[in-house]
Amino acid sequence: MAVSVLANVSLNEEGFLTDPSVWNEEIAKALAEQEGIELTEKHWQVIRWCREAAAKTGASPTLRQITTGTGLSTKELFELFPKGPAKKVAKIAGLSKPEGCI
Amino acid sequence: MKTLLILGAGTGGTMVANKMAKQLDPQEWRIIVVDRDEAHHYQPGYLFIPFGIYTQRDVVKPKRNFLPPTVEVIFSEVEVIEPEKNRVLLRKGNQALNYDYLVIATGSDIHPEEIEGMVDGGWNKNIFTFYNLEGAVKLADFLKHWKGGRLVVNIAEMPIKCPVAPLEFLFLADWFFTERGMRDKVELVFTTPLSEVFTKPRAAKTLGGMLEAKGIHAVTDFNIMEVDNAKQVIRSYDEIEVEYDLLISIPTNKGDEVIQRSQMGDELNYVPTEKHTLRSRDWENIFVIGDASNVPTSKAGSVAHYMADVLVENLLRSIEGLELLPKYDGHANCFIESGFNKGLLIDFNYEVEPLPGKFPLPGFGPFSLLKESHANHWGKMMFRWIYWNVLLKGSETPFESQMSMAGKWV
Repeated sequence: MAVSVLANVSLNEEGFLTDPSVWNEEIAKALAEQEGIELTEKHWQVIRWCREAAAKTGASPTLRQITTGTGLSTKELFELFPKGPAKKVAKIAGLSKPEGCI
Repeated sequence: MKTLLILGAGTGGTMVANKMAKQLDPQEWRIIVVDRDEAHHYQPGYLFIPFGIYTQRDVVKPKRNFLPPTVEVIFSEVEVIEPEKNRVLLRKGNQALNYDYLVIATGSDIHPEEIEGMVDGGWNKNIFTFYNLEGAVKLADFLKHWKGGRLVVNIAEMPIKCPVAPLEFLFLADWFFTERGMRDKVELVFTTPLSEVFTKPRAAKTLGGMLEAKGIHAVTDFNIMEVDNAKQVIRSYDEIEVEYDLLISIPTNKGDEVIQRSQMGDELNYVPTEKHTLRSRDWENIFVIGDASNVPTSKAGSVAHYMADVLVENLLRSIEGLELLPKYDGHANCFIESGFNKGLLIDFNYEVEPLPGKFPLPGFGPFSLLKESHANHWGKMMFRWIYWNVLLKGSETPFESQMSMAGKWV
């Protein structure tokens, strides 16, 4: 499925959408599949929160913003989105790579 | 009589106090500065203390010496800021201070207690930080007698104050142990939550190459969950373990707790600030400088310095009822000490990452950018004198507030 949904979607070299406006739930599922993640309701809760946060601030949320905002622990986020949850959620949620750190 | 109240007499607050004292009519305005601590610390100097290059005496001086005599200084903890009442409550004598304008310069500090196990057993025994004076001094004592082993530098979480300092520590450690003839007995390891060794791609490539050349092993994407001091490992959220004999921690950095008590901050107690004007996003008569703000640039003295000019101009414009100017561009620069009397210089802003080239500085430069040189090292060592004698007093420096592309190779 991933291949067909993503066939017409342009990604940058790190796998982020080059045009975030094309994002939809099907694309999210396909991007998650590429990361080896099957999206559950809990994943969606995080994805939705991150999209709302990004719409408000104009930037992808940091890990600490996600834990503060969703009430999930860092450990839980690592279980949902292994190895770098902030970056992975951003990718699946069609947001830009989190800057967070300067 | 109107009141300009400045909270914090660190790098940012001191510069604003000096600059504003020159601008405001003392018949019309009183300037009050509040700080909990009477000692001013030259924080960039902490880095050199563990290696015996600086001592405590080189980095601490009385705050009062750097503030103009016309400024009233109160040494007290701030209990709470009440922006809707234009009032600040102090802990000392339960004093209330009303203000017309407020400048928040309360800085940031480390919070080792945020990481499970960090302060439980090994803190200041085989786990140290050089991000405060006490830690740097204790580490200096420890290193005098250390016989070698596995030294791990860990960044817990971004953002941190002076993001190049952990790398500088490793470069200096490589030099220090080489000088002492024991480099072969020391393994140097760097763990970072970032995917590269630094936040900005081109600089990360240069600095990553330097770590490799010096035999320093980097572990990236390492998000520390806990310190297991019984097993002497740090463990990440994805269960990767890194062994240490000596752990150098850069713990979570947060804004001051008064920001949290006043419910004026984000999740790390940084005050939401308009990034180009430096006014608070929520309050028209509040400005924010330095580490205390949430603007997306480095938390560093150079940043506070460049912010000060823009902040003062906008504060004066606001008093005059004029529009604020969006002049702060995120400008930051830092000398990066790389050991063996060499250093690098990086210069960047919100939009432009550190680039190679030359940094023209009238009277001193040019300095090489993103490249090791002896001149950059001497620039860094000279900077302490500039800091104490020129910068804090708000005097003119040859550094421009806005970043320039002159000399940079794109």
